[in-house]
Amino acid sequence: MIEFRSIEKLFPDGTRAVDDFSLVIPSHKTTVFVGSSGCGKTTLLRMINRMVDATGGELLIDDENVASIEPVRLRRRIGYVMQNSGLLPHRTVIDNITTVPRLTGVPTKDARARALELMDTVGLDRAMAERYPAQLSGGQQQRVGVARGLAIDPNILLMDEPFGAVDPIVRAELQQELLRLQRELGKTVVFVTHDIDEAFLLGDQVVILEKGARIAQKGTPEEILANPASDFVASFIGADRGKRALSIRDVDGERVVVDGDGNLAGRLTEPGAA
Amino acid sequence: MTWLLDNLELIGRLTGEHLRLSAIPIVLGFVLSIPLGWVAYRYRLTRGLILTLVGLLYTIPSLALFVLLPAIIGTPFLSEANVVIALTIYAVAIMSRSVADALGSVDPDVKQAATAIGYSSFRRFWAVDFPLAGPVVLAGLRVVAVSTVSLLTIGAAIGIDTLGYLFTNGYQRGIIVSVLTGVVVTVVIALVLDRVLVVIGRALMPWTRASRSSERSGVTRAFMTARRVREAVP
Repeated sequence: MIEFRSIEKLFPDGTRAVDDFSLVIPSHKTTVFVGSSGCGKTTLLRMINRMVDATGGELLIDDENVASIEPVRLRRRIGYVMQNSGLLPHRTVIDNITTVPRLTGVPTKDARARALELMDTVGLDRAMAERYPAQLSGGQQQRVGVARGLAIDPNILLMDEPFGAVDPIVRAELQQELLRLQRELGKTVVFVTHDIDEAFLLGDQVVILEKGARIAQKGTPEEILANPASDFVASFIGADRGKRALSIRDVDGERVVVDGDGNLAGRLTEPGAA
Repeated sequence: MTWLLDNLELIGRLTGEHLRLSAIPIVLGFVLSIPLGWVAYRYRLTRGLILTLVGLLYTIPSLALFVLLPAIIGTPFLSEANVVIALTIYAVAIMSRSVADALGSVDPDVKQAATAIGYSSFRRFWAVDFPLAGPVVLAGLRVVAVSTVSLLTIGAAIGIDTLGYLFTNGYQRGIIVSVLTGVVVTVVIALVLDRVLVVIGRALMPWTRASRSSERSGVTRAFMTARRVREAVP
């Protein structure tokens, strides 16, 4: 469990990025921070592994204050996956995946064996083990990034817009893979995105943030969709434009569902008929 | 032609000496430039100071430096140490700027990613920053190698055995072949050394072949570096 208690972040130039932020992130669930750029969501994420230190309040991981944990040691036990994969360009795929285990003193042979298994887990062909990141596609690099994040089998996995830089088809694929992985592994995932659809798809708990990391609403996707807490939330999730309002249309005797923009959302079937 | 055949032994000995005397400043310059370049890269205050200072050192004429060093540091007037130290100073002048530029060329996202997954700053420097700066560092080192080999010939003027002896002696005695031989062997040594560095670089940085573009920009940077070293001086 990760707990933010009245967290505050005041940058030296006087900007207040986070002001009195409190939140409980439950274990073995996916929590998504979603908001426009500059709302402070990445700052919040980076406080968990002390890439950013809070200037006020307390941040606890399983009741231990992170401020009392040496940053390098803390980071080595938390998985981190970022946009553009953040892979080391001068290391092969397998060396990238084994980076953290080797930093913590796991014997190279064991680390490599585990890395090959992880490549299977994230859907990478083992034949790619000796390639360099530049020789992989964006989607493959991102899979390596996830494998590296999982290499030390951390309880916590931080994901900073990990699928932001890949094309929509690959992104959808990676999102499904992450859902499958999460069903198998049950990590405490903290995910940052600006894409509300991605947030609703992946999040058990979704936290919609306004400027200054103020929580506009938090809850399950269903709760937020059913009862947007404010005009801001309604606008952010697209409810005000009717984007989320689905309606039924008859097309050649088939009943299809379209959204507020007139885009096809699905086909209506009787319960149990499909 | 007879001169050449009669003096093969002399040419061989001078070539060996020339190689030995250029290798020392190249290696020393490289090693000393890593901490200097790092300090220049890391702190904005020291950057201008260090780079201007080394730039100034580069403008001292080499012959003057050979002659001044004994007076400054008390080495014997005819010691080869004078030449080695002088050339090391030039090597540092080029290399420390090269190292500072090289470290600055490393993708900040990669550095941040390395920190985020748990590299301490010391380990990150040797495992991430420095290797990734490699192509630009290598480009600087190639300039240093070639310039050291050529500057070393001046050592002959103060009685140090280098290929420069073939110039001075050949000139005084009117033996054109001797002068030409000196020039050709010096150029060949420079080219061979440059090639060796490129091959070592390829072996140590196999990833650069996976992404060719970075190497090209490295070479371009080295030329810009060498030019800036000269221009940096008021």
